[in-house]
Amino acid sequence: MIDIAIRVEKLSKRYRIGRAQQRHDTLRDALVAGLRAPLERLRRDGRGLDRPAEDTIWALKDVSFEVKCGEVLGIIGRNGAGKSTLLKILSRITEPTEGRAVIDGRVGSLLEVGTGFHPELTGRENIYLNGAILGMRRAEIDRRFDGIVAFAEIERFLDTPVKHYSSGMYVRLAFAVAAHLEPEIMLVDEVLAVGDIAFQKKCLGKMSNVARGGRTILFVSHNMAAIANLCTHAFLLEQGRITRMGNTQDVIEAYIRSFQSLNGATLDQREDREGSGRLRFEDMRIQDRLGRLLDVVTCGQDVTFELAYTTDTSIRSQNVVMSIGFYNILGQPLFLCRSDLQGTEYRNMPAQGTVSCHIPKLPLPPGEFRVNLQCEVNGVVADWLRDAYIVTVIEGDFFGSGRLPSRTRGDLLIEHQWRQPVADAKE
Amino acid sequence: MTLETTSSAQVGTSPPSQAPTEHTLVIEPTRGWASLQLRAVWQYRELLYFLVWRDLKVRYKQTVLGLLWIVLQPVVSMVIFSLLFGELLNVPSGGVPYPIFAYTALLPWNYFASSLSKSSTSLVGSTHLITKVYFPRLIIPVSGVLSGLVDFGIAFLVLIGLMVYYGVAPTPAVVLLPAFLLLAMLTALGFGLWLSALNVRYRDVNYLIPFLIQVWMYLTPVIYGSTLIPERFRFLLGLNPMTGVVESFRWALLGNQLADAQLPGVLFAVSIAITLLVLISGAIFFRATERTFADIV
Repeated sequence: MIDIAIRVEKLSKRYRIGRAQQRHDTLRDALVAGLRAPLERLRRDGRGLDRPAEDTIWALKDVSFEVKCGEVLGIIGRNGAGKSTLLKILSRITEPTEGRAVIDGRVGSLLEVGTGFHPELTGRENIYLNGAILGMRRAEIDRRFDGIVAFAEIERFLDTPVKHYSSGMYVRLAFAVAAHLEPEIMLVDEVLAVGDIAFQKKCLGKMSNVARGGRTILFVSHNMAAIANLCTHAFLLEQGRITRMGNTQDVIEAYIRSFQSLNGATLDQREDREGSGRLRFEDMRIQDRLGRLLDVVTCGQDVTFELAYTTDTSIRSQNVVMSIGFYNILGQPLFLCRSDLQGTEYRNMPAQGTVSCHIPKLPLPPGEFRVNLQCEVNGVVADWLRDAYIVTVIEGDFFGSGRLPSRTRGDLLIEHQWRQPVADAKE
Repeated sequence: MTLETTSSAQVGTSPPSQAPTEHTLVIEPTRGWASLQLRAVWQYRELLYFLVWRDLKVRYKQTVLGLLWIVLQPVVSMVIFSLLFGELLNVPSGGVPYPIFAYTALLPWNYFASSLSKSSTSLVGSTHLITKVYFPRLIIPVSGVLSGLVDFGIAFLVLIGLMVYYGVAPTPAVVLLPAFLLLAMLTALGFGLWLSALNVRYRDVNYLIPFLIQVWMYLTPVIYGSTLIPERFRFLLGLNPMTGVVESFRWALLGNQLADAQLPGVLFAVSIAITLLVLISGAIFFRATERTFADIV
């Protein structure tokens, strides 16, 4: 019994969504509804009806698992699958609707780095404030203070207000405080998606040290490389349920397979999107030079990505920016095609239509690649779909030599020329 | 969809070096009344300290006058009230110079007003904390009423100056001032608990507060004395706990010179009862709605 750190039994969380439309945002509405509610309840009781099902959504449903002491468990799943909800329940930020969890040991949760940082306070002051918010005692912070400062590499700016920090310094400091939290159980959400590559590596290093130190960790990330690196076991969440559990590699593969079924479903049925909704991507197609639809793409092929969208009509004469991001299957970014970077302005777009992005020579080696779609209207994200599409690339003659590098040598192909040697002038 | 059970083999990990911990946490839906969790609040007292400290540190950053603002607000109010009500309208001040009569009341009133407004807006203002990290939420409104104490202390120094200037000596009852101040604090906290929890769901509270404070000030004998009200209705004033606080401040500080000085006994007792009622019901309401804060804030 003692070697179970977290035991979760049939945990469920229900959110109301239908009610969101008629949520009582002002007191007046509440008063009116308050007068009506007893009548309605009477009527409903009379008919013996419960609340209509479409009013609510189960963000988590009957989730059960156990984590042993010292185990590093990965949680994988698409956006909206319930990963964050699960961590929020385990960190006691929100209550479950049903079920229970028993946690044995001191819990530290890291759902965000830099929680409670105040821009006007100095680095030194924020270390204490943030430490206290994360649940450290002042004596503990005193003891770890030098370690935190050294890890963040901000010695010289310790007494500068953090509003003058570069974003890199800010994130380093924030992570440094969090990384020095030493609870027995750590809940970590996606915090590594910040900072530059060197610092990400350092964080991963620190985390795996922590893991080897026998700490129990629950780790949520979209970064499959990080999950594969850190976790001994993992489970896959889909629509609030655990659909696969076990060895990390198996679960990652199941996750990747779950994408391939995505392309079948048209985009307009996807609900796991973010943004204001002023524009919605409805469909994505890939065409070759002659406008024929492609299921698979060849390395180096001349392709056009067609994005069908709908907008609310008020979007006219606004500044719209489209982007298509390409990622390898582990979720590491490869390259980004963004309309404003390339110099195209979208104004006065028709309310429904299709924009296209032409890539004359697709620089992807054989394999599968994840595509994110994003649209900004006046700098505000209007629609953001992760994994909108999985592009399958098959072998093609990218270099005109009939040959390709081995697949372990990178996720991109690039055009280049090797030149014949030129004799050194001295000889 | 396949559902595998957790594999029992544990790969390459060792149990933690720490001994099994004494505290086991059970997370499940709360049913019925939630406990007030006062012990948890006590355990998190260092966080409370840091939140108050942050508030103080940040408050007058990037201002030219800095701490002067603390003194300026009550002093300017006092001057205006003295001109308007003391000189022009001749509001009776029981034989005490009107400026000091008004300032003695403004002192606890300003503390109360700023504490009430801070604690009522505190939860919504701390959205980024509430949705990201766990701690007893009660700490947030409590920190809202604590940080004003420093302002009170500084404004109090001005009162001492005024008393010296006008030659007013305090009565021995001045030792009771902390108790009166505590009553003001608990009143602000009680209403702050109600309003901050309501504010999470109904942002109307944001608009209500300035208005509420303004009306409340006129209902409280700040610019006038409660002796203006006929004797038999005076206990009604006690329904407003701030009347008890303000009149007690005057009684303890100016009692020697105040014409009909007496501890507003009945009035004070009613005030205490009302405050406790609001405070306890506020805490219960706060705890009952707390579980949904992170979901709807």
